[in-house]
Amino acid sequence: MASLKDLRVRINSVKNTRKITSAMKMVAASKLRRAQEAAEAGRPYAVRMERMLGNLASSVAGTAGAPKLLAGTGKSDVHLIVVMTADRGLCGGFNTNVVRSARQFIRELETEGKTVKLLCVGRKGRDQLKRDHADKIVQSYEGLARKGADFANADMVAQKILADFDAGAFDVCTLIYNKFQSAIAQITTRQQIVPFPVPAVSVEANAGPKALYEYEPSEEDILTDLLPKNVAMQVYSSMLENDASEQGARMSAMDNATRNAGDMIKKLTLVYNRTRQAMITKELIEIISGAEAL
Amino acid sequence: MADTLDFELVSPAKLLVSEPVSMVVVPGTEGNFGALPQHAPMLSTVRPGVIDVYKNGQIAKRIFVAGGFAEVNETRCTVLAEEAHDLSTLTRDSVDARIQAAKDALQEADSASEKAAATSKLKVAEAMLAAIA
Repeated sequence: MASLKDLRVRINSVKNTRKITSAMKMVAASKLRRAQEAAEAGRPYAVRMERMLGNLASSVAGTAGAPKLLAGTGKSDVHLIVVMTADRGLCGGFNTNVVRSARQFIRELETEGKTVKLLCVGRKGRDQLKRDHADKIVQSYEGLARKGADFANADMVAQKILADFDAGAFDVCTLIYNKFQSAIAQITTRQQIVPFPVPAVSVEANAGPKALYEYEPSEEDILTDLLPKNVAMQVYSSMLENDASEQGARMSAMDNATRNAGDMIKKLTLVYNRTRQAMITKELIEIISGAEAL
Repeated sequence: MADTLDFELVSPAKLLVSEPVSMVVVPGTEGNFGALPQHAPMLSTVRPGVIDVYKNGQIAKRIFVAGGFAEVNETRCTVLAEEAHDLSTLTRDSVDARIQAAKDALQEADSASEKAAATSKLKVAEAMLAAIA
């Protein structure tokens, strides 16, 4: 049985752990609020851009001169998967979920005979995928979200994606990230960004008298401007979502850890007190039986 | 007929303006255009310049945008701007500093893409200067 001293040391160490986890929870909670605001503030732009692009895309789709970013390269042999994770751990299943989804996607694509390339945003994703998919990683970024998501960083990643696409390095590009729903729920999401998926609502629009848009300058000019912007925007909004999700996941993970530490302290204290009482009783018995023997 | 249209100005970071107005004048790439209610649907790119927001026949707000896209239809005018500042918050000094920074970037640029980026930055800064002059 553990001695009293061992128990005391153990209780103290768990108490210290609890202090750390509860501090981390507080930090995550305050960061979460900021990240959540940023994510919600960023949504209108993404929504409107998608609406605008959807409008434009459904009118240009099918024509011969449609830009590659919209129409695709005509094949889907090489897939680029952008895996968005955090740089730091201790946030529950946050990183693992993204990586698991990525692994599953890689398997699906490989059984279809496609080639897969990976672009890792965030250190944890790279570290976890390095073990079995090291040969597929073309580029990895880390430290991008240290001060919250930043459009300049998102643009940098988007430029890399676009440059690779122009060079013909891949045909389809998909983002995998955690969509923020609440502090306890994050949804791992796959989103195709290249080629731009033309929304299915065009069927409904065709039913009624569809408003014809005038374009200034031409449709093609706007599209060639808008499509790369959209890639950057999608990367940016997924970064925002991811950032908020990370803080949410960390907050609930640390909340659990704090509670578990509390339970553990309670149990250990009980054992400690019992042991102490047992020792006192033992000593008393020894003294009494010693006195009786005289 | 409604006599106002909903004007929305959105930047990647947030929704900046969303309110009913009587007219907006947007600096399109091929010239400024005014959007009144019941305007024909239109999509345009936006060059760096000033958006004038009219309410009751008067300019209620002047906002500088650094380029983007505008979508107009019968009831709505949406501007997606990469960057937007209320004209009253811009000062001569900050604009001068921006022009200088852009010029420096242009000098130091060695690749074609860097040069293009710096040139467009300079254009934005010069448009800003023209806007406050």
